[in-house]
Amino acid sequence: MEPDLVASVQESDITLLKSSEDIMEVAISVVLPRLLPLQIEIMVSGLINANPIVDIKDPEHPYSLEELKVISEDAIEVDNERSYVRVTFTPTVEHCSMATVIGLCLRVKLMRSLPSHYKMDIRVAPGTHATEAAVNKQLNDKERVAAALENPNLLDMVDECLAPSYA
Amino acid sequence: MAKLVIEGWIEVSLVYVVIGFFPLFLSRNFRVLFLIFLMRLESHLSSKAFIGFHYNLPPVLALALSSFWMEFLDANLELKEIQKLQGHTDRVWSIAWNPATAAADVPTVLASCSGDKTVRIWEQSPSTRSWDCKAVLEETHTRTVRSCAWSPSGKLLATASFDATTAIWENVGADFECVSTLEGHENEVKCVSWNASGSLLATCGRDKTVWIWEVMPGNEFECIQVLQGHTQDVKMVRWHPTMDILFSCSYDNTVKVWWSEDDDGDWSCVQTLGESSGHSSTVWSLDFNAKGDNLVTCSDDLTLKIWEADITRMQSGDGYAPWNHLCTLSGYHDRTIFSVHWSREGIIASGAADDAVRLFVQSKDGPMNEPSYRLLLKKEKAHDMDINSVQWCPGEKRILASASDDGTIKVWELATLC
Repeated sequence: MEPDLVASVQESDITLLKSSEDIMEVAISVVLPRLLPLQIEIMVSGLINANPIVDIKDPEHPYSLEELKVISEDAIEVDNERSYVRVTFTPTVEHCSMATVIGLCLRVKLMRSLPSHYKMDIRVAPGTHATEAAVNKQLNDKERVAAALENPNLLDMVDECLAPSYA
Repeated sequence: MAKLVIEGWIEVSLVYVVIGFFPLFLSRNFRVLFLIFLMRLESHLSSKAFIGFHYNLPPVLALALSSFWMEFLDANLELKEIQKLQGHTDRVWSIAWNPATAAADVPTVLASCSGDKTVRIWEQSPSTRSWDCKAVLEETHTRTVRSCAWSPSGKLLATASFDATTAIWENVGADFECVSTLEGHENEVKCVSWNASGSLLATCGRDKTVWIWEVMPGNEFECIQVLQGHTQDVKMVRWHPTMDILFSCSYDNTVKVWWSEDDDGDWSCVQTLGESSGHSSTVWSLDFNAKGDNLVTCSDDLTLKIWEADITRMQSGDGYAPWNHLCTLSGYHDRTIFSVHWSREGIIASGAADDAVRLFVQSKDGPMNEPSYRLLLKKEKAHDMDINSVQWCPGEKRILASASDDGTIKVWELATLC
């Protein structure tokens, strides 16, 4: 089954995806300390939630980070000299479209947070998903990502996922 | 007797060594001719099988010296930035030089299309020799304009957009007017290409199809066929420079060749370049050499592949001549190669996601029957972000234009330092 970035998403899926917001916060909290340029830290610190990384458990969200096990510290590779970031995530959801959308949210968050000259690769952790090659290929095809983000429905959903829901 | 021979040999050698320095004073074209002359002379002398090696050694020395100078002088080539064209407010996806403005004194015109939904026309001013934005084609496409192509006559410009339409623009006085809109694709149209005579137009898109349109009088376009065959998103289409053969590159890692035997016949896929010795990831672009017998493809798998075919056989009407893989250029790129363009002189330019422009030429070394290519020049940080398109100017000068995600277009000149 070929996951399509522009596939329509159910309302119930959005609740599930909101928990992926934790991934965003952790991704940024973990990526940031490794990004030595101070300017980046200052710029992005405004987006960071004050909660410590270890025990993020928000009553609004049904899942905690440990339970989700979607992203961990060694899943983020940063190379400052080459301005390169590589994020590997483990989708715990079976549905291909969900994995693609989570990857897309990760990509959008990074695109909005990092300076424009940074190159990024978003990958599904090897061996965790049946169609990981197909998902990886689509996530790293910038033309497909650009076209998908022009779809207002998809863009709204991504924005909702990335919008901070707790102070 | 031996002393006389040796003295004579030294004199002759000295003469040839002096001759070996000639390339330093010659212009580029004459250097090549001179080298050919020396090679002919050397082979003539060695074939005569005179008394000893000393008859052919001096010319060989001259040849070695001349080759050394040529390599040295070639190494002093650089890609000099002439101008940076700014104006687009989003990434620039594609650029196209107007082929009709290739004549010596006619100022060149460049079209660029962008994610900001507009197309800009840049014209070179005859007095300042710099490019200024002559027109902005807006309010027609409602989404990113992905590709643009001038008709061979230079009078029409076709633009392909993510809004699933292809617009045809005509230069009316100082402005451009949209004279036709081609609809039919189910979703994003990714590329548009005119055939050599300007009688046919091809478009391709994410709906996995390639559409062939016939250009009729009065700016009317009629779809003559919808080609199915690709199993994924079709990224680019291009017509062969001399024959009506269509090539399409796709996300399914293949390049398909479409041909129609008779003029009114059906178009079908006569070859798929990809099963063996093909690319292992999305093929983004392709281009032909000046003669049309060689093809270069670039891909997400970080390689460039050169293919060849017996074009003369096809031109004489002997049926379809298949394309064969000639060589693969790997290890030069470390991120996706988005664009490749072959100049009339034979220099292949590549634009990649690592912000660099690379130039390749056919290598003079290597066995005679196996052509190989070498990296002539790498321009690192040519842009601040990914390079989406590189296009050689169709004129005499070695001018190259590159378009990038940073919203700018840069015009470069390949020049020697000395």
